[in-house]
Amino acid sequence: MAEAKIDSKVTVVALVENEPGVLNRIASLFRRRAFNIDSLTVGRTHRPHISRMTIRVDAGPEYARKIATNLQKLINVIDVRIIDNEPHVERDLALIKVRNDDADSRNTITEICDRYPARIVDVGPKVAIIEMVGTEDIIEEFIEQVRPIGIVEMIRTGVVSMGRGTRIHDTNFINRRALIEAAAKARSGNGRVV
Amino acid sequence: MKLKGSEIIMESLLREGVDVMFGYPGGAILPTYDAMSQYEDRLHHVLVRHEQGASHMADGYARATGKVGVCIATSGPGATNLVTGLATAMMDSSAVVAITGQVPIPAIGSDAFQETDVTGVTLPITKHNYLVTDVRDLAYTIKEAFHIARSGRPGPVLVDVPKDVQIAETEFIYPEGDIVLPGYDPPSSAQDAEIDAALRLIQEAERPIILAGHGIMMSGAMHELRELSERAQIPVSLTLLGKGAMPEDHPLVIGMMGMHGEACSNLAIQEADLLLALGMRFDDRVTGNLKTYALNARKIHIDIDRSEINKNVKADVGIAGDLRTVLTQLLPKLKRKSHPDWIGRIRDWQEDSSERDILNYETPGILLTAQVINDIWKLTGGDAITVTDVGQHQMLEAQYYPHQRPSTLLTSGGLGTMGFGFPAAIGAKFGKPDEEVWAVVGDGGFQMTLCEMATAVQENTNVNIAIINNNFLGMVRQWQELFFEKRYQATPMVNPDFCKLADAYGIPNRCVTRRDEVEEAVQFARGIDGPTLIEFVVEKEEMVYPMVPAGADLHDMKRRPKPGEA
Repeated sequence: MAEAKIDSKVTVVALVENEPGVLNRIASLFRRRAFNIDSLTVGRTHRPHISRMTIRVDAGPEYARKIATNLQKLINVIDVRIIDNEPHVERDLALIKVRNDDADSRNTITEICDRYPARIVDVGPKVAIIEMVGTEDIIEEFIEQVRPIGIVEMIRTGVVSMGRGTRIHDTNFINRRALIEAAAKARSGNGRVV
Repeated sequence: MKLKGSEIIMESLLREGVDVMFGYPGGAILPTYDAMSQYEDRLHHVLVRHEQGASHMADGYARATGKVGVCIATSGPGATNLVTGLATAMMDSSAVVAITGQVPIPAIGSDAFQETDVTGVTLPITKHNYLVTDVRDLAYTIKEAFHIARSGRPGPVLVDVPKDVQIAETEFIYPEGDIVLPGYDPPSSAQDAEIDAALRLIQEAERPIILAGHGIMMSGAMHELRELSERAQIPVSLTLLGKGAMPEDHPLVIGMMGMHGEACSNLAIQEADLLLALGMRFDDRVTGNLKTYALNARKIHIDIDRSEINKNVKADVGIAGDLRTVLTQLLPKLKRKSHPDWIGRIRDWQEDSSERDILNYETPGILLTAQVINDIWKLTGGDAITVTDVGQHQMLEAQYYPHQRPSTLLTSGGLGTMGFGFPAAIGAKFGKPDEEVWAVVGDGGFQMTLCEMATAVQENTNVNIAIINNNFLGMVRQWQELFFEKRYQATPMVNPDFCKLADAYGIPNRCVTRRDEVEEAVQFARGIDGPTLIEFVVEKEEMVYPMVPAGADLHDMKRRPKPGEA
């Protein structure tokens, strides 16, 4: 059944204004409409006023469309896209702290990490931290591999996603006050300035 | 020239065409009230008695005029008192701008006196809200607020302005031209393919029905609706808020749909092979059980809010767009059609309904709400703006006061807010001073906001209050009778003497207990320039029929028996 589950996952990507309260608005929307989401990540983009959000939904594309149309209604949400079948790159990052207190566990960790895009970023006498970057499913697979060793702590960032090639999801929006002040300056006092 | 934030608020309101605002002063909004004195001649402030009244008045003003209604309150309790009114406006897509004072920026987050996180509180019940933290942002924020409130699917917008921002000075620049918001672009026209798909379904339909909602009026598509209905001979059923979208005496209008809608409307929906849903949102009060709703029908859904399409009912053709624009695209290609059998079938249902009409009953010695409302309809020439509260009288108004013109029935449909009617009527009168305005309210709801009688007196607002008094919370009582074995828990009301209360406020009044007193009292109220109050003491245990029990199938209506069958 695991495969069917992965098939039903859809990614919604939103460009949002980097303003106080935007995340709150989005969280409030999800709660209010009882949208179930898998993961949500927010990060800055190359534009200072724009953040980008990746939302993973464990539901069909119709549900994702519902989320997208509701997200688009928020004034601070600039553009929403659903990445479903189109080619894209997606990455999740996990930090996994595992037991590392005997030779057996140390060997197993090294052996598993060799087979995956994972590396050991911190080693102590009792525990080690593994950093693993990849798609959601490969991380899940990896977690199942290390689970028998003994996971003591774990965190995942959630998926981020980007369309391949020239599928560009961007905006040329700059912040509003700058826009208005520029317009006022262009009028150089001839506009409606009281 | 430099202006203070408070003056910028006033200047901005003027530029948005505001001439009246409803509000209540307090510490954190005081600088703005101080600035008001310079603008008194152009910007009238109505002092309410409770901020909830201010938000309902702004809402009533907006619904009556199609313009933006403005309410003002102070921080903390002032702002939280607006909440019910904002939620009401949100549910019914009413264009309201609320301006609230906030504690000074350095005090925000410190649990200062009268501090509430108002943008947090109102986040889910406003279309958008702002906390202005820099006086330089104030003017364009207000411009944006008005733009967002009135465009697309309208809704309430709140602007929270800390006290120090009201005091701070800056160069006043009001942005010219259209607002461009990167994340806000309400849809307007439909694609040709969508129009063609809709036309195909209309041409193929044998039993089509139009479901006309509030969106018709907000888009100004009344003429287009009528054209569509007449040319393709499609009967029109109205939502509660859609009343007035097409004159109700038009032969193709078959009345309201839904829980207390006309039986013919509900039956027609269930038997239709095409629903044309225009500017309505398939509320549960309209659909009943979704699993059995209009199973025979294909659906065309046109709404300006894309997220409404496929939300409750799956559309075969869903068009996100402005109704008037979309119908204007569609009409030139629409062929004339007729559906005599279908319309004949609806006529039979209508015949059956009129036999069950309460007005055909002999009811000696008692006064019924339906009679009162129907008499008010007759005596006002069916042309008044009626503003209702929520409950039995609201549904009976919808059934017994046919509306000919758009935006003449103002009622809280989505949120069902008791206490809405009277203050909203005051707001409507400010928006439409030349029209006759009636607040038709129940004894329960009226007591929630009756303090606004003082506002009506202070402003000498010519609103006629018709209290339909059955000494019960009538609709709740009806549910208790039908679904809770008549256990009337917390529904009987011991009421004040409403006429004495009116006397205390200095409001001319009448108490009516018999049918033959109705006309004199209504004409008495109409003859007075200023607020009046008539208490109609009606039958205690009336029922509103038809009724689709909550969650039941739309065709599964409880009907009033025909005379002789009872």
